[in-house]
Amino acid sequence: MSRLGELLDRGNELIITGEAPVIDGGTLADYEAKLQELAPWCDAMNATDNTAAHAHASNVAMAIAMQRVGVEPILQVVCRDKNRIAQQADIMGAALHGVENICCLTGDDVTAGDESEARRVFDLDGPQLIRLANSLKEGRYLSGRSVGTPPPLVIGAVENPGTHPLDYRAQRAAKKILAGARFLQLQICYHPDRLEGFVKALHENGFTEKCAILPSVVAVKGAGPLKFMNNAVPGIDVPADVISRVADAETPADEAYQLVLEQCQHALSLPGVRGLHLTDFRKDGSMARLCNDLGIKPRTEREQHAHDRIVAV
Amino acid sequence: MGLISAIEHVIKKPIWDCQMCGQCVLHDTGMTCPMTCPKTLRNGPCGGVRENGHCEVKPEMRCVWVKAEERSRTLPLMPEAWREHFNNLRPPVDNRLKGDSSWKNAMSGRDKETPPGWTPEPEAPEAEVEA
Ligand code: SF4
Repeated sequence: MSRLGELLDRGNELIITGEAPVIDGGTLADYEAKLQELAPWCDAMNATDNTAAHAHASNVAMAIAMQRVGVEPILQVVCRDKNRIAQQADIMGAALHGVENICCLTGDDVTAGDESEARRVFDLDGPQLIRLANSLKEGRYLSGRSVGTPPPLVIGAVENPGTHPLDYRAQRAAKKILAGARFLQLQICYHPDRLEGFVKALHENGFTEKCAILPSVVAVKGAGPLKFMNNAVPGIDVPADVISRVADAETPADEAYQLVLEQCQHALSLPGVRGLHLTDFRKDGSMARLCNDLGIKPRTEREQHAHDRIVAV
Repeated sequence: MGLISAIEHVIKKPIWDCQMCGQCVLHDTGMTCPMTCPKTLRNGPCGGVRENGHCEVKPEMRCVWVKAEERSRTLPLMPEAWREHFNNLRPPVDNRLKGDSSWKNAMSGRDKETPPGWTPEPEAPEAEVEA
């Protein structure tokens, strides 16, 4: 089973996932270099699926490339670009290469990208895709045809705790957990109260025992990306005081770092949160500093520690 | 289009902007047609709903699912069971039924058929998630 799967089975240790940078042209060595900033801290990293509706090297290809350079991938599968036949083929094809972690998303619309004239597919939706991945795991395609040896998939999904209908978001997360999601990577949320309410609703109803909740934090370097997310990414609202806190600071890069650190600390302090999903927009070496300040050890050290504890028992 | 489909279309188009998917779920979705969501989502709103409750794809339109969720709670005269069905996992659309009468398919049970590999619906949540 994948490392992430084992962590989920063990049920209590911290889980850190990361958003792997995308690659367009280049070589495996270029890709490996791009992964290095975040990879040492992560248990697994997302091989994104044409993120924000921009074409890049494919999710399956990036996942396989990650395997080859020793980074455990999470294959992101979105519903925007492919129908159910192609989605099943991608999951099975990746599994053939040992890719077992799957993250199921509805996906943003084609209008979010740079080829808005493309046809949108959305043959399935996110919750249906989770169920589909479970069918494959149980050994059959949607048609009922056997897949042969069932792949030991570790299936997860995403949810946005910070957008409308706010009171309904935890119910939608519960629906995904009931459909078989074992981890949920949350959309970045700049309203701590919304994140809190969301996690609390899941925790109090026992859902956080079935599923690892991983709030996202995006490491930004200044107010620019905050403004961008607020204006250009539907579903993300960055309050004006958060933007001005960074924009008006003497050294915006330091203030942005503080903001990110506080977001991580807040998320980790919530009962029912199992870890974090990190995205690095700073690209200035501050991921090591961030993990250090949070007391998060590199993955290999955490693994050694867990191993020692298991041996000791 | 057969006669029944034509009648269904004439009635349901002006009221719900029915898209004639042939497998109607209006009663489970606060009498709001999920096929009018630009992503044709059947299981709730995507993560792209805007801060004003409008759609990611069509910023001038209120998100279909924001409307559906509200109406599933507030519409008068709706049977309680219909409200409870809101959180059910609805199976993938059968694209062969597009243009068909959903009334006909409901009577024959054709609209309940799912692909053989589709796993049965998971148990309904024991406790309602109170946000
Ligand atoms: S915002 Fe609402 S209506 Fe628009 S695509 Fe998402 S779910 Fe559909």
